[in-house]
Amino acid sequence: MTRPLLELTDLKVVFDTDEGVLAAVDGVGFSIQRNEVLGLVGESGCGKSVTAMSMLSLIPSPPGRIVSGRALFDGRDLISLSHQELRQIRGRRISMIFQDPMTALSPLHRIGNQLAEVWAIHSSMKNREALERAREWLGKMGIPDPGDAISAYPHELSGGMQQRVMIAMALMLDPELVIADEPTTALDVTTSAQIFELLHEMRRDRTSILLITHDLGVVWETCDRVLVMYAGKLVEEAPVRELFRQPAHPYTRELLRSIPGFDPDRELYAIKGQVPSALNYPAGCRFHDRCPDAFGRCEQEEPPLYVLSGGRRSACFLAEKWVS
Amino acid sequence: MNPEPLLTVRDLKTWYPIRRGVLNRAMGFVRAVDGVSFSLEKGRTLGLVGESGCGKTSLGRSLAGLEVPRSGEVLFRGEPVPPGNRRGKIWHKRIQMIFQDPFSSLNPRMTVMDIVTEGMAEHGMLKGSREQAAREVVSRVGLDPDAVFRYPHEFSGGQRQRISVARAVSLNPELVVCDEAVSALDVSVQAQVIRLLKRLQEELALSYLFISHDLAVVSTLSHEVAVMYLGKIVEYGPTAEVLHKPQHPYTQALLSAVPRPGKEKTHRIVLPGEPPSPARPPSGCRFHPRCPQAMEVCRSVDPDARTRGPVQVWCHLY
Repeated sequence: MTRPLLELTDLKVVFDTDEGVLAAVDGVGFSIQRNEVLGLVGESGCGKSVTAMSMLSLIPSPPGRIVSGRALFDGRDLISLSHQELRQIRGRRISMIFQDPMTALSPLHRIGNQLAEVWAIHSSMKNREALERAREWLGKMGIPDPGDAISAYPHELSGGMQQRVMIAMALMLDPELVIADEPTTALDVTTSAQIFELLHEMRRDRTSILLITHDLGVVWETCDRVLVMYAGKLVEEAPVRELFRQPAHPYTRELLRSIPGFDPDRELYAIKGQVPSALNYPAGCRFHDRCPDAFGRCEQEEPPLYVLSGGRRSACFLAEKWVS
Repeated sequence: MNPEPLLTVRDLKTWYPIRRGVLNRAMGFVRAVDGVSFSLEKGRTLGLVGESGCGKTSLGRSLAGLEVPRSGEVLFRGEPVPPGNRRGKIWHKRIQMIFQDPFSSLNPRMTVMDIVTEGMAEHGMLKGSREQAAREVVSRVGLDPDAVFRYPHEFSGGQRQRISVARAVSLNPELVVCDEAVSALDVSVQAQVIRLLKRLQEELALSYLFISHDLAVVSTLSHEVAVMYLGKIVEYGPTAEVLHKPQHPYTQALLSAVPRPGKEKTHRIVLPGEPPSPARPPSGCRFHPRCPQAMEVCRSVDPDARTRGPVQVWCHLY
């Protein structure tokens, strides 16, 4: 196998709060291959966004602290890079699409200028040419009347159109990796469908996407591989079809069962209990008190991330049983 | 069975004036709800689906008395319900609402006990002590009775939504308008709250108007579904019929846009453009500028309801 585009190892991130030290991400490691769409799923507070933000030094510090971890990108560790060096990579070789385009775009600057700024920072392009390019890109993004859109302010565009602007901004410099954090969560389903269609079309063959989402339907349709996080830990990794066909961790299985289907007669399943607080994780496996398959060992000992066949990993003592 | 349905809505219109100029005169109207009719039986759930701006929330708020409709009729067991501004206390007891955001819909300065018993006190429903009443109500929604002394910020999103549910059911209402009640919650928490709503419906014979943009969620607890587009209902019928055999091109597009885990991707109908502004709805059928099957007649004539088996559909194709 060729060298991965990005390799994250043993990432630990904590937040210092008044109530104590909050372990947001606890020993997460994975790799992103070239030209793949990797999904990172989990529920609110599981650490999925913090994981991605930490790789680009985008977590607010303080209160956030990266305790350990390496993120090797093209032979260099992103986490130990200086701000100066990181700036050469961030935006150009790795870009981000955030959930809420309304807060990610500056309300005080016209769309065209915000797009042109990307070239101004990362190349020596003249302003006029940059604006012309911005107009072209807005057209490519399916924005009607791109000539008008470049002189519009973000609030004059709908949420879907704003997100198209964000995508243009993220893809304009042809990055190797795009980190998309819940890119369509704020949008309607039909708009979301348009955005994913666009993302697929616009993605050059060599661009990888790390898609952070809580929506398993979106994962199913867009991702090649999936990582599942629970309570700050990576609990499962699998190719997307395998994950849905035969989850190798009880949390994944229970989560999949609680997705509402289109079947009014089926009784909806719910996982008992609640996600534990990051201030106070239970001993042993963090899912043990909600897990229907838990046994003695799960309460005392934290399961390692077992490597299974077929590129799968699972942090469950019974992992082999679930996939056999 | 009672011949009168619990709730009948006839040609309801809720318009918001667009005020401009020094005289603050209405220059036009945002036609959020523009002629909606449906009925809801006791103990049943009507799911109301549609995208942002289709008027589903305005419709729910109009029924709960939080907006004043411009015209139309709302009947509760045949008895006319006065509009929100002229509505007596009794109606707030009969019709309750659960809001989307469990963070802004609970007063942060009130304890859970005050939140869930405020309405009961107002309506003279407190028999014993306030604490006793509060304990009963919160345990009914699956919270620890000791939670009554705590404040909303001490709870997670799912638990807060349980508090909202407790507040709504504390008055023994007959109709609960749930406006995106589970949309802000994670899948596993969402499933828990949906199950809670279903259990309460069985125990208390509640009727729900369940408003959501999420078709999958709606399918789990609705007996009937109404699909709204730009202020009007475009398709209305039993849940299984509407979701499995959608007839209106908009319903078809909406359903095909939902990614379903485990299902092979079917042909996706990607609609061009965006919904037009409800201040200037298109002529004829409001969906025609985006409809993949639009015909000449759709541009000029607003379709009326066609009955197709158990389903009503507002479309010229039928």
